[in-house]
Amino acid sequence: MSAASEPAIANIDHVTTTLIDLETETVRGLNAALHGLSRDNSQGSWRILNPRGRHAIVAGLDAPVKIDVAGNVGYYCAGMNKQAHVIVHGNAGVGVAENMMSGFVHVKGDASQAAGATAHGGTLVIDGNASARCGISMKGIDIVVKGSIGHMSAFMGQAGTLTVLGDTGEALGDSLYEPHIYVRGTVASLGADCILKTMRDEHKAELFEKLKSAGIDGQVDVSDFKRYGSARTLYHFHIDNASSY
Amino acid sequence: MTNSSDVPRTPPRKSATFDDYTLAEIRRAAATGIYDIRGAGAKRRVPHFDDLLFLGASISRYPLEGYREKCGTDVVLGSRFAKKPIHLRIPITIAGMSFGSLSGNAKEALGRGASAMGTSTTTGDGGMTPEERGHSKTLVYQYLPSRYGMNPDDLRRADAIEVVIGQGAKPGGGGMLLGQKISPRVAGMRTLPEGIDQRSACRHPDWTGPDDLEIKIEELREITDWEKPIYVKVGAARPYYDTALSVKSGADVVVLDGMQGGTAATQEVFIENVGLPILSAIRPAVQALQDLGMHRKVQLIVSGGIRNGADVAKALALGADAVSIGTAALVALGDNNPVFEDEYRALGTTSGAYDDWHEGRDPAGITTQDPELSQRLDPVEAGRRLANYLAVLTLEAQTIARACGKSHVHNLEPEDLVALTVEAAAMARVPLAGTEWIPGLTGTF
Repeated sequence: MSAASEPAIANIDHVTTTLIDLETETVRGLNAALHGLSRDNSQGSWRILNPRGRHAIVAGLDAPVKIDVAGNVGYYCAGMNKQAHVIVHGNAGVGVAENMMSGFVHVKGDASQAAGATAHGGTLVIDGNASARCGISMKGIDIVVKGSIGHMSAFMGQAGTLTVLGDTGEALGDSLYEPHIYVRGTVASLGADCILKTMRDEHKAELFEKLKSAGIDGQVDVSDFKRYGSARTLYHFHIDNASSY
Repeated sequence: MTNSSDVPRTPPRKSATFDDYTLAEIRRAAATGIYDIRGAGAKRRVPHFDDLLFLGASISRYPLEGYREKCGTDVVLGSRFAKKPIHLRIPITIAGMSFGSLSGNAKEALGRGASAMGTSTTTGDGGMTPEERGHSKTLVYQYLPSRYGMNPDDLRRADAIEVVIGQGAKPGGGGMLLGQKISPRVAGMRTLPEGIDQRSACRHPDWTGPDDLEIKIEELREITDWEKPIYVKVGAARPYYDTALSVKSGADVVVLDGMQGGTAATQEVFIENVGLPILSAIRPAVQALQDLGMHRKVQLIVSGGIRNGADVAKALALGADAVSIGTAALVALGDNNPVFEDEYRALGTTSGAYDDWHEGRDPAGITTQDPELSQRLDPVEAGRRLANYLAVLTLEAQTIARACGKSHVHNLEPEDLVALTVEAAAMARVPLAGTEWIPGLTGTF
């Protein structure tokens, strides 16, 4: 697949770039500096050098700022992000963009487990593959994975969209509430209460918008995707469903 | 020959194993095909603080004057890592209970009562409401597996964060909030369809095990700039190891909840058969802290069946830094009040036994989302009752501490206690009354 162009970033001044080298600065110092940024207007661009898999890099941001992380990150990169546009030029550890509220997180490599877990908003794009439990308990985030995802993805997901250009592991969408799941490749198996649904025009339009937000509109055909969602048979506890619990 | 009518008859004998309650439960299960769900904690008799006694002062111990000499009750929580530890006037906190399981008025009343007495209250599954934050001077924000309503703004608005691994009523179990209580507001806060039976996850979605927990706590500290104390709450199951692993993971405070601790809704079989009585869990937890050199550095809060100042004092004497109350706080607000007896009868129960908190029909207006029922609870008056109750708990604990010669309730110690039963002696690791025997520790009677 051709490399995606970075989506346009609104309200961010790209003229000023602040360099932070994590060989000489601590993650705590970095995050404290970023937490001090104004929430209300452009905070320019930051470039983080030598992340070397450290955890909680750029966690808890709430500012319109663009951040390039030059390398691999550990757990919970961009956790609980608001507003910030974060690009990881490498792989991401467990829980990248977990509980994100808004903003944009782009992983150029692969992501480990629980990518975008519990996130309420924003967009997470993963160029490579995502491991198990991608989008677990998602609550409104839009996730686009250009590769494949692991088992139990979107488990107990509540809202948002999960778009997968590749394949999925087993038990996709187990115990799902209301997220929309779009998959272009094969699904190893569906979880409890997750079913194949009709792809109507409104869903194609929604998918197109999600692909556009990921910067890959026009590169893939929305007609190649299938839609999965909740059968809603487990919304009320009933003993006849005991084998599904 | 003896006439058969003259033969003495033994009275009908019911089985101790298949008693009336058991038989009724079998019939109920056979009729419905579903297990019983209820609120509150374990109702079975288990070894508890009632099985301990204080020795008081005597020739070898010097008491403090009851109404004159100072006996401190304050406690600092979160002094290990947090930039802003919290300082409470009394060592009795309000346990986590959600808006959703409780009405908005009940949450407000808890905040009012706790704040009046200089202590903290705690959110629950479902997030933080503005009313709760507004009426709670010190508010602990629970970080739960479901992450319902979790957001960084509330995280920063909180005074402390409690990572919930489990609770005493159901160690290893998730939560449930049945459709009757999923009102539009509750549904909105939890991002769920209105009126469904809502499940809360039993384990966190983005970490497993103590090594991950350490990283998760690091993330929470980073997001809050290392300001907030971070608690780890566990149900009493393996208290020595859970406490040690919480310390290892970077907790400022460990919260240990015994099986008598309440729940909004859990399976009866779970409540009554999983987890430990709090009496048996405190000493192993304290032992873990002592073995790590962290006793009084990482604070221990215990809960599950705390009812009076004697329970508070006994928990502290066994090594806890504070206690937490949930069920007792609800009773202080008005839960199970006999004034509603007619309505309890109409619900097929009686005051003192009402535990169908999940059904949302609480006559006292506490465990409900019904607007009409909720209005029955005046949050100002109920908050005042809670404050009164907290004051009594504190005075009672001070009374005992002074009698034991302690100028601060934290100076109470196991040496002040004896046990009335062999079981309690073994669990609390204090001598059986009248002996020097601590089963499991000392070999002679």
